[in-house]
Amino acid sequence: MNAIAVLMRRELALNWGRGGGPLLALAFYLTMATLLPLASGSEPARLAVVAPGVAWLALALASLLSLERLFERDYEDGALDLLALGPAPLEAVAFVKCAAQWITTGAPLALLAPIIAISLGAEVQLAPLIVVTALIGGLGFAFCGGIGAALSLGSRRGGLLIAVIVLPLFVPPVIFGAGAIEAFAGGLDWKTGLMLLGAYSLAAVGLGPFAMAAACRNALS
Amino acid sequence: MIAALTNPARFMAFSRWAAPSLGVIAAILGAVGLWLDFAAPPDYQQGYTVHIMFIHVPASWMSLFVYACLAGASLMGLIFRTALADAAARAAAPLGAGFTFLALATGSLWGRPMWGTWWVWDARLTSVLVLFLFYLGYMALQAAIDDETRAARACAILALVGAINLPIVHFSVTWWNTLHQGSSVFRRDGPTMPATYLAPLLLLGLCYMAAFGSLWLVRIRAEVWRRRAGALAMRAAG
Repeated sequence: MNAIAVLMRRELALNWGRGGGPLLALAFYLTMATLLPLASGSEPARLAVVAPGVAWLALALASLLSLERLFERDYEDGALDLLALGPAPLEAVAFVKCAAQWITTGAPLALLAPIIAISLGAEVQLAPLIVVTALIGGLGFAFCGGIGAALSLGSRRGGLLIAVIVLPLFVPPVIFGAGAIEAFAGGLDWKTGLMLLGAYSLAAVGLGPFAMAAACRNALS
Repeated sequence: MIAALTNPARFMAFSRWAAPSLGVIAAILGAVGLWLDFAAPPDYQQGYTVHIMFIHVPASWMSLFVYACLAGASLMGLIFRTALADAAARAAAPLGAGFTFLALATGSLWGRPMWGTWWVWDARLTSVLVLFLFYLGYMALQAAIDDETRAARACAILALVGAINLPIVHFSVTWWNTLHQGSSVFRRDGPTMPATYLAPLLLLGLCYMAAFGSLWLVRIRAEVWRRRAGALAMRAAG
């Protein structure tokens, strides 16, 4: 247990401190949201329709950004070998890494999401639901994305490869999350989408670490 | 039978005959199926475009069937660590991507005259598109890792993750589609199909299946040979 707590503290410190921490993902998110009106026209009526969806899509892309460093850094400097030999099983290591990723990147992005959605023209009442869906969805993004990050260890062109592997896995959370918000905005039943999103994220949390650990063992072998 | 075929020598002996025989079967089934297809009268609503169905529908069956084969071979490779299962999974992916692409392309060509549009974000079309993306991701991962055994193992994990995800993707896309109150014009099954259409369709389905079996075996054989050649080159280099 102690090893896991120490690992958690290390991951949080590294994610928060190194290379600007979550700033990079936040800046990317903001830039994406800025480009949208420039590309599609800035009439408020047109933007407001797509605002929650675009906020969600950009969130998915922004959470891809820092995945490359999730295992790669430790793989390159040999820390992953030590972690594999250590007392905690690799499954727990993968879990902790993804949880730290969620706390340091997913949560700040989730807090930024309603601001972006509202600045694009979404209703202010949507803000709490956007934060909640972004938090839950971010959990799924971190754990699904971790699978891609672990699989692409030791490959050429990691970042792009992770995106190609992981984005198809992001289809269900994007649908459920954006769907829940859209349903709420339309006065329809939004709880179903939220629950399905939660189910997907929980399944990713439960099953993802096993796939990640298998992929890490494969890369280390 | 499958256990016996994991022995490469036995597999090579078996596939040497099985691959061309399946190819011949596919050619015969395809010829008969196409002849029946063109002998069938044009559909009262769709006219001659109904012929696209005979290319399109079997291709979309195969897109899922090949993924099942791919996932099965990957599972075998992960559990039993046999090089042949890895080769089988590796060989199946481009074929599956090809069938999926064929299904998407012919569907699009069929959709233009029938629904008046190249593409509809219908649940089924969207999930086939995502299936295509899974194939692309698989092949990208395969190409990006140099070490072959490691690439095979990583791809096997990805194939299984995809196998768990595909039903979820299909469910989510269907859910999204009903939420959006999408295209209700698009109703695939329609009235029961008359036998003049059903017979060639089933024949062509079997033809695709045999053609896939033949091509798959050929590709696995090529893979085995490539590895042998690599091993010989290593030995020659000393």
